[in-house]
Amino acid sequence: MAAQSSTDLLERADAAGGGAVTVRRRTGVGPGVARFVRGTWRPFAVLVAIFVAWWAVTAANLIRPYLVPSPGATLDVILAQSSYFAHNTWITTYETVLGFLIAIAVGVISAVVMVYSPTVEKSLYPLLLFAQVIPKIAIAPLFIVWLGFGLTPKIVVAVLMAFFPIVISTVTGLKSIDPEMLQLSATMGAGPGQTFWKIRFPASLPHLFAGLKVAATMAVTGAVVGEFVGANEGLGYVILQANGNLDTPMLFAGLLIMSLLGVVLFVIVELIEYVVLPWQASRRADAATTSL
Amino acid sequence: MTSMTVGNTTTPRPADGTATGAAVEIDDVAVRFHTRKKDVTALTDVSLRIEPGEFVSIVGASGCGKSTLLKLVSGLLRPSSGRVRLHGEDVRGPRRDIGYVFQRAALLDWRSARRNILLQAEMRRMPKGEARARADELIAMTGLSGFDDAYPNELSGGMQQRVALCRALLHRPPVLLMDEPFGALDALTREQMNVELRRIWRETGTTVLLVTHSIAEAVYLANRVVVMTPRPGTVAELIDVDLPTERDYGRTMAEPSFARATGRIRELLGAATTSE
Ligand SMILES: Nc1ncnc2c1ncn2[C@@H]1O[C@H](COP(=O)(O)OP(=O)(O)OP(=O)(O)O)[C@@H](O)[C@H]1O
Ligand SMILES: [Mg+2]
Repeated sequence: MAAQSSTDLLERADAAGGGAVTVRRRTGVGPGVARFVRGTWRPFAVLVAIFVAWWAVTAANLIRPYLVPSPGATLDVILAQSSYFAHNTWITTYETVLGFLIAIAVGVISAVVMVYSPTVEKSLYPLLLFAQVIPKIAIAPLFIVWLGFGLTPKIVVAVLMAFFPIVISTVTGLKSIDPEMLQLSATMGAGPGQTFWKIRFPASLPHLFAGLKVAATMAVTGAVVGEFVGANEGLGYVILQANGNLDTPMLFAGLLIMSLLGVVLFVIVELIEYVVLPWQASRRADAATTSL
Repeated sequence: MTSMTVGNTTTPRPADGTATGAAVEIDDVAVRFHTRKKDVTALTDVSLRIEPGEFVSIVGASGCGKSTLLKLVSGLLRPSSGRVRLHGEDVRGPRRDIGYVFQRAALLDWRSARRNILLQAEMRRMPKGEARARADELIAMTGLSGFDDAYPNELSGGMQQRVALCRALLHRPPVLLMDEPFGALDALTREQMNVELRRIWRETGTTVLLVTHSIAEAVYLANRVVVMTPRPGTVAELIDVDLPTERDYGRTMAEPSFARATGRIRELLGAATTSE
């Protein structure tokens, strides 16, 4: 206990020192977005580097083109059949985004119910865990049988994939609240609704966003897995067809677009986080300046 | 210096037998915590009466139940036995007619200093204009002007505590409870905060209960100091501080009655720790 309070003291002293030196005023959303762009150019540079390496390997004929096609050949395929790709990308995007949004709604609501009712938590947790550990590729055929050949079973698999990280992160976030904050709220005469909306929920958002970023990429995987099992459109279908025809440029094109879809979704979630949680962004910036 | 020992009797004291009028009344209170491993008696035989407008400091060894005492007064905790009254009313649940300053500032990261202060008003659904005016007044009073738009992580530790203090004072609570509010501050900031708090107390006339580990702080600020024994905590002695209302920080430290009071407290606390 003594040790804990002494580290607390150190942390405080630290925060006080940092705060005194860099008191910055935040003006709206603009600088946050600028900082975000500044923070994300590096990964894009790495992507470009990988592209160049890919190009170099194929241009030097180190690998046979039917094993790994050149970037040029891959892009040619995409351009030559642009409407085909546009349609299938749209289908997968639709399934992914819808699945992701449903997972957010269901995930956050179940997390809130679980945090407020230990009985519900105890009875729901094993079920959740079961839904998470069961291989999605193994139950996807069942959804096709139940829900037909349309987009619904794919959306369901996407929801199943994205749901778990959202629930876990929201539960963690809601439980991480400082008990003193809740006591403070009680001395202010706040009702449970006020305490939730003004203190508990906003305090859980950093955790929630961490879960959302994982969930966004999982949703893409979920949609494609659903398409693998039974579909006549979507990127999963494109990849499966290309595989059957040993058409590697087509296969690579499908993979490329699929990865891009995941990355774009991830970046969108991160951008929303920067706009919704500016205080998080400024804290990260502080960490960056002190680590220099 | 008058001192009296409280706790060995359950009958109301005859001298101030009128139950009404006191801001805080604690009557023969005991608190026991039952944890999975063992039962802890945090407080026993605690009786205390605090008049409106008093400034009372509470000192004692770590773990003797000081925080527990404040939680009792605020209704965040129910006593295992005995009774607690606030303005003559039994405390049954969390009380709204108090201001609470926790050891850590407990600010919301996503709210600016001003909006952290106004949280109090939002929760209480106070009229907006009135709350804003009061916040402006407190920000000026605590020297936070110019920092009201800053987020907590952009404020120094002392400023954060000042924000917490403003938040606790926004609704003009008749009773202010402070749990080691300046524990994390450096010595100089702490002195400044002491002078400020003393001034605020005189301006607002609020009844203050302050828990502190600093004997000098306890004596400089208070009219009375409650010295507690180690766990299970009880009141060892009440010490009346015989200092003028107008207290210059440096000059107060040099007063003989200041030395007498701090000396007595040190004696009590020292004796308490060696006997354990
Ligand atoms: N919720 C709780 N459950 C179990 N034991 C508790 C609880 N709260 C306090 N205690 C125990 O009661 C005793 C008094 O605690 P309290 O926090 O009031 O001490 P304190 O005087 O404020 O100490 P410090 O000066 O270190 O803050 C301690 O021994 C502590 O272990
Ligand atoms: Mg304490």
